[in-house]
Amino acid sequence: MYYIDPHNHMVSRVTDDYERLARAGCVAVSEPAFWAGFDRGSAESFRDYFRHLTEFEPKRAAQYGIKHYCWVCINAKEAENVSLAREVIAILPEFLDRPNCLGVGEIGLNKNTRNEAIIFLEQVDLAARHNELILVHTPHLEDKYQGTRMILDMLRGDSRIRPEKVLIDHVEEHTIRYALEEGYWVGMTLYPVTKCTPQRAADMVEMYGTERIMVNSAGDWGPSNPLAVTDFIHEMRMRGHSEETIRKIVYENPLAFFSQCPRWQFESPLAATA
Amino acid sequence: MPLTKKEVFERYFLELRCKLLDAAAILDRIRRAPGDDEQLRNDPRIGQLRRALEVLASERTNYAEEIQLIFSRPYDPDWQQKFDLSATNP
Ligand SMILES: [Zn+2]
Repeated sequence: MYYIDPHNHMVSRVTDDYERLARAGCVAVSEPAFWAGFDRGSAESFRDYFRHLTEFEPKRAAQYGIKHYCWVCINAKEAENVSLAREVIAILPEFLDRPNCLGVGEIGLNKNTRNEAIIFLEQVDLAARHNELILVHTPHLEDKYQGTRMILDMLRGDSRIRPEKVLIDHVEEHTIRYALEEGYWVGMTLYPVTKCTPQRAADMVEMYGTERIMVNSAGDWGPSNPLAVTDFIHEMRMRGHSEETIRKIVYENPLAFFSQCPRWQFESPLAATA
Repeated sequence: MPLTKKEVFERYFLELRCKLLDAAAILDRIRRAPGDDEQLRNDPRIGQLRRALEVLASERTNYAEEIQLIFSRPYDPDWQQKFDLSATNP
């Protein structure tokens, strides 16, 4: 089955992973800007990172027939340094117009601090002024519930933000309902130990349906599986869900969300086979 | 066609048994390790684990969500006032 991985940090993966993704049916990936495993020293470092996301990765992906899209922002972890974060926010408009850029993300909270909230609000403001899509990172483990509720409070507080243009990522059993009820898109992240398993993601689909739900691998430099979406597809099949239902979650939903971006260009491989 | 209760039970019984045994063996491993119980007595995570096991042992409608909440920091609806975010424009 063709699928789209809406959250995969390809800068931290080897080229062999692109080949494996292509063989597994992945036709497009979207790569949010994130923390590199260490705090960067200057805004120039981020400029290089954004060039990596908008210039190099699309070429590397194209060798395997995969379309590469990205998001730019200052991530929640490095947002704790407010002055550096503001320097990075100032260079974001240079990259928002790049052809593979889908919007501002993954912005969010990490430890739910005041500084993180300040920088989150400033990036929501940037997205609203530029009419961009937003991809939101929700915190992990014990911080997820509190942080997700805080993020939803902040988004609700900005009347310019339309929920259908925002993806709330890394939702789990205790946060998914809040995001869906307010009309946002949600992403379930299949990641060992700290997030969700393919089985639990399938459970949430059975509980909440297939509207505005996506599944991603969040493959990165940590222990993770960039092909995890295929594990979800397999689990859904084993439970007897139809190909139509599965395709909606792993292909049509990301397509519908991303196609709200005016720069979105994508030729469906399904059209070619029809 | 979705699986029936009986079919789901049959499919996952061994997996569930295995995961409970894993949990039991981890608790044994902690008990067996050197050091005294005092080191763990004040760790709040011990209480969280205990509450989670109590949830599993009782009749519930949404086990996963309840256990997630046991391991979560609480949400304070007044957090924005406490952070005083109004005074922070760049
Ligand atoms: Zn990420």
